[in-house]
Amino acid sequence: MRAYSKENNHMKKRLLGTALGLPLALAFAPAAMADPGMSPTVWSVRTDKLEYRMGDEENSFAWEFDAWVGNDELRLVWKSEGAKIEGGDFEEMDNQIRLQKPITDFFDGFIGIAASTPDGAPERYYGAFGVTGLAPQWFEVEAALYVSEYPYIGAEVEYEGLLTNRLILTPSLEVSLPLADDPAREIAAGGGSVELGLRLSYDLIGRSVSPYVGVNYERAFGGTADILRDHGHEVDELTGVVGINFMF
Amino acid sequence: MKHTNFLRPLAVVLGLALGLPAQAGTYDITVDKVRIDTGTFKKNGIGYNGSQTPTILHFQEGEDVVIRVKNNLRESTSIHWHGLILPFQQDGVPGISFNGIKPGETFTYRFPIEQAGTYWFHSHSGFQEPDGAYGAIVIAPKGGEAVPTDRDYVVQFTDKHPHSGSRIFRNLKASADYYNRAQRTAQDLIEDAGAEGLKAALQDRKMWGAMRMMPTDIEDVQGFTALINGASTQQNWTGIFKPGEKVRLRLINSSATTYFDVRVPGLKMTVVQADGNDVKPVVVDELRIAVAETYDVIVQPREAKAYSIIGESAGRTAMVRGTLAPSAGMVGPYYKMRPQPLLTMADMGGMMSGMDHSGMDMGGMDMSGMDHSGMDMSGFDMSGMDHSGHDMSSMDMSGMDHSGMDMGGMDMSAGMPVVPAEGAPGAAFYAPGSGLIPTAANGGKFLGYEDLTARKPLYRDRPATREIEIRLTGNMERYIWSIDGVKYEDADPIRLKYGERVRFKFVNETMMAHPMHLHGMWSLLDTGKGAYDPVKHTVSVAPGTTLYTETEVDAPGQWAFHCHLSYHMAGGMFRKVIVEGGPS
Repeated sequence: MRAYSKENNHMKKRLLGTALGLPLALAFAPAAMADPGMSPTVWSVRTDKLEYRMGDEENSFAWEFDAWVGNDELRLVWKSEGAKIEGGDFEEMDNQIRLQKPITDFFDGFIGIAASTPDGAPERYYGAFGVTGLAPQWFEVEAALYVSEYPYIGAEVEYEGLLTNRLILTPSLEVSLPLADDPAREIAAGGGSVELGLRLSYDLIGRSVSPYVGVNYERAFGGTADILRDHGHEVDELTGVVGINFMF
Repeated sequence: MKHTNFLRPLAVVLGLALGLPAQAGTYDITVDKVRIDTGTFKKNGIGYNGSQTPTILHFQEGEDVVIRVKNNLRESTSIHWHGLILPFQQDGVPGISFNGIKPGETFTYRFPIEQAGTYWFHSHSGFQEPDGAYGAIVIAPKGGEAVPTDRDYVVQFTDKHPHSGSRIFRNLKASADYYNRAQRTAQDLIEDAGAEGLKAALQDRKMWGAMRMMPTDIEDVQGFTALINGASTQQNWTGIFKPGEKVRLRLINSSATTYFDVRVPGLKMTVVQADGNDVKPVVVDELRIAVAETYDVIVQPREAKAYSIIGESAGRTAMVRGTLAPSAGMVGPYYKMRPQPLLTMADMGGMMSGMDHSGMDMGGMDMSGMDHSGMDMSGFDMSGMDHSGHDMSSMDMSGMDHSGMDMGGMDMSAGMPVVPAEGAPGAAFYAPGSGLIPTAANGGKFLGYEDLTARKPLYRDRPATREIEIRLTGNMERYIWSIDGVKYEDADPIRLKYGERVRFKFVNETMMAHPMHLHGMWSLLDTGKGAYDPVKHTVSVAPGTTLYTETEVDAPGQWAFHCHLSYHMAGGMFRKVIVEGGPS
């Protein structure tokens, strides 16, 4: 079944990182000063999660960030999400490179490539098509179709509740709905997984440094849950999290 | 050799006798990296002549000036003489008037001074102006000041931020509310619910949320320290007077984005000049100075005590105090900042009218506008990616709920701290019911544009030859700013003909005020006074309003025309104006 080697996997991951990092690094090189009124190219790096998760059985480090460079018309975005078990494997490792473009006042459409390369599971590569933006009532939403032999739909919703102007309570919901069976990754078509989060953060230095605490709950449903049960794995996991978000 | 030495004094004597150029002053300015200290933070910035205290250039009307500007920075720079009438090659806008001043280079500006009054100068390159590259210009009139005074001080305001201008711009692009720390919170919801009922408080939030707009979005950039002449409140800039003396304060707002409400508690201010041009004196208690405007006011402190000059930001997020005192070392009293205003639906009026209403859900205040959010992936058509440009002019606010306009049972004014009645003094140039209408701290007279009357007509009054509409447009959430929905880089220049008189119709379709500045030619602000309309270089257009200016096109060449909020200008709310014909 496992027709890959761990070393090979690591090397591929490094290559992937370089491939992703290089265009961004080039784009960040200082540009000549623009004439007045000519909007300069801008960039941003922001983490949504950078945390230590404390679970019943194991602890892990998790991250989610996006980095982009571009202008009002087009942005090149690198989105990364993953988790590493403390003293163990990367149980989750997702990277995306996308081109993002405004399609309405509040929404961008994007097209890109996504790579899922965790340890201990076969790699998957997708074409990504989706939208991301700000829905009425200040919900940040994203939805995308990931196309491959093992397609799935991914969606995220997040809301920043201002308790004060610096103390912010952020509920989040992430849904993944597989459209095809992928037994090698313990996934069944229609057996979705859900990740719910609730994080309380404090903007310590501007919006650049924001430590937080919270809870994270993940659960698999349907056929995917059945497979997990059959393999003797848990179908859900509740973790307490402590983390710190950065924005540059 | 001997002959030249002998002839030189002779030439001077001859020159004087013949009334040849009376003066040809030479001035030197260096553009330097400086360490700026506001007392609360220190940062690297830019200063003229090595100082964070703005340089003041004193000119004489009729003088031919030679100004040598040495660039000691490691990047190009420029100096624009804000409000001065001069040949366009001397106007100092890179890419329009000249190529800028390269690092290490000295550029020599030469132009005649054909006017008098208070003006200022600043870099027009990158974000050097917010980083500190600004100074003041005082031009003494040929025949002396119309209203003579005993003392004369420049009072130059700025909003000094710990972040560099380029970082601020980047942060605003990444998140338009990055610097808004006056947003409504859960705490405010509880307070409002207590004051006006939970239902009304929730409905109000729902309405703003449906538009994805913030009623607190008055100042793009908060978190700055306000300065007077380079000094913060604690550094306390002080002007000296003897009791009973008349003191002229030349107010200049050199901020990147901040409007200031200015007053000298305990004293009336007599406004005698606006944007360098004398106006019929108006006695006021307080005035609002838009970014890039100047006002000369005269105060007469009669007691031997310290008076405060207070500049409060229009969004009430920062305040600065300077002092007028009979001797150095005295400190004027500090006043508590007034409550923060909130925008109202009136301020959104322009957005509504400027928008494409077709296909808009006029029904209830629900989330039906969300159907394009793409949550339904099956319906998502990726052909949207092929649209070659994001056409701002066809902004379709499908998420916007229009029922908020006729606010039946919903009292927008409830719970809002500052909402003067319609028709309040000083309100003529705001949308009726606007949350931005200022009131004087002592309940007295607040200056409005309608109070400004030119002391003498500058031009013969005549009908305009044509009207040009300038729609001020943008997307708050994306922090995109444009004119007529088109950013500078995608726009054709505005072409004017030498000798014509153009009427500009400014329509503000955004929810922010924009101080519009036309270089090289005067803007006669239409206040209904004909030849006596005030003569300005910068005109603030309040949200949801339309105002008119007229310009006698009497300066050939090419000129800049833009919003003077640094980050709106950089974003593209900017045009090149080409004046065709005329003397070359």
